Amino acid sequence: MNLESLKGRHLIDPEDFTMEELQALLDLGLKMEARPEDYADCCKGKIMGTLFYEPSTRTRLSFESAMLRLGGQVLGFSDAAVSSAAKGESLADTVRVMDDYAHTLVMRHPREGAPKLASQYATVPVINAGDGGHQHPTQTLTDLLTLQKYRGAIENLQVAFCGDLLFGRTVHSLLKTLCRFPGMTFYLVSPTELRIPGHLRDELQHRYHITLHETPHLDDCIEKIDLLYMTRIQKERFFNEEEYVKLKDSFILTRDKLKTAKEDLMVLHPLPRVNEIQYEVDEDPRARYFEQATMGVYIRMALLSAVMGVKLA
Amino acid sequence: MIEVTAIQKGIVIDHIPAGKGLKVFEKLRLDRRKSPSVLLMHVSSRKRGTKDIIKIQDDLTVDLRILGLIDPGITVNYIENEQIIDKKEATLPEKVSGLFACKNPRCITAVDECAQPEFTLVPNGKIQYRCSYCEELTEYRL
Repeated sequence: MNLESLKGRHLIDPEDFTMEELQALLDLGLKMEARPEDYADCCKGKIMGTLFYEPSTRTRLSFESAMLRLGGQVLGFSDAAVSSAAKGESLADTVRVMDDYAHTLVMRHPREGAPKLASQYATVPVINAGDGGHQHPTQTLTDLLTLQKYRGAIENLQVAFCGDLLFGRTVHSLLKTLCRFPGMTFYLVSPTELRIPGHLRDELQHRYHITLHETPHLDDCIEKIDLLYMTRIQKERFFNEEEYVKLKDSFILTRDKLKTAKEDLMVLHPLPRVNEIQYEVDEDPRARYFEQATMGVYIRMALLSAVMGVKLA
Repeated sequence: MIEVTAIQKGIVIDHIPAGKGLKVFEKLRLDRRKSPSVLLMHVSSRKRGTKDIIKIQDDLTVDLRILGLIDPGITVNYIENEQIIDKKEATLPEKVSGLFACKNPRCITAVDECAQPEFTLVPNGKIQYRCSYCEELTEYRL
C-alpha cells in the first residue's frame, strides 16, 4: 500500500482513513522515526498553516516541529484573540484566505465540527487538531504509532480508558479507531457523570457489536489490561466550576495501583497531565507517555507528507 | 354528527393521532395555502378510538417528512375523481436538514450560520438524528 491515496485528503475524523491507509501511515511514521535525516527536505517549499482558536502546546508544537523537520515552513496563529476572528471574521472567510497562503491547514477549535466546516471551504487538506470534546484524530495516530512501536501488533488487547470519557476527545477518537482492530476488549473507567457520550456508545455498539465494560473502579480491570489510557479531567470542558472541583481528583494513578497490573502493561496519556498520574509512576517502565509525545512528531511528519503528496526519498 | 363530504381531487391526511391535527395543520402551513382545507378533530376510529383527519382540496402536494416527524403512523390518500389513486404512509426521513437545530451547545452549528447541519436518522428504535458536524444525537418530534 502506498500513500498516494491520501494526497489532498482531509483528516477530520479518524474514520476518514481506511485501515490500510492507517497502517501505511504507521509504517511511514516508524521509518521516519528510524531515519529522520532521509526526510529532511521532502517538504521544502511547502507551507503549513496553523489555525489554533484554542490554546495548545503539545499538538501545535509537534505539528510545527514535524513540518520544520521535513524542511517546510509554518505560518498561522495560536490564539483566536490575535486572529481576524476577534474582529468578527467568519471561519469560512478565514479558511478561504489561509487556503491561498498554505499547502495544508491544521486547525484546533473549541467548537465541535469546526474543522469539518473548514474542510468545506478549503481546497487544501484540512487536519483536525482537536475540536471541542469531539475528536482528535492525530492524537489517535500518535497513540497507534506508540502501540505499534512498543507493543507490535495492535490486536487482541484489553484496553482501559480512565478519567474524563465524556469530554475527552482523545478517548473518543482512539476508542472509535481501536474498535476497528480485531479482538479488542474495552473497559471504560470513569465517574458516572463523565461516561462516554451516549451517541458514541450507541454508534460503537451498533456498528461494531462490541461490549463496553463501564465501571467507576480501575481496580475492577487493572489486572487484566494490556493498555491503560489515562486522561485529564479537563476544566475548560465544564460549564460549572463546582462540578469540576468535585470530580477532578476521582481517578489518580499511583505506583500502588499498578502493583497488580501486568508486567507488559502500557500506560499512555495524551498529556498534559495535572495530577491524574502521580510523578512516582514516571519511573515505572510501563509508563510510556513521554515516548508517546515523541511519537507524535513522527506520525505528524508522515501525515503532513502524505496529505501534501510530497515525493519521499 | 358533523358531515364532511368527499373531495373530488386532493389529499386526505388520515390517522393523525387525536389532538395533533392542529399541529399538522400548522406545520404544513395550510393556513397559507389557497386551496380549501378542513381539519376534523376527534373523529371516531376503529383502530385508535379517535383520530384527526385533514382534507385538502385540489392540491396534491404534501411534505411526508414533516408528517413522519409528527407521527410515522399518519397516512396520506391522494384523491382524483373521488377515488383514492395512491396511498402513502408518512415515514421518518433518513436525512433531514432545515427543520430543526442540533441540541449540542458546543456544536459549530450553534454559532456559525455557514454550518447547516444535515441530520441522519439513527437506527436505534428511537427518533434520534445524528448531526453531520458534531455527531451528537438530537431526539426529535415535531
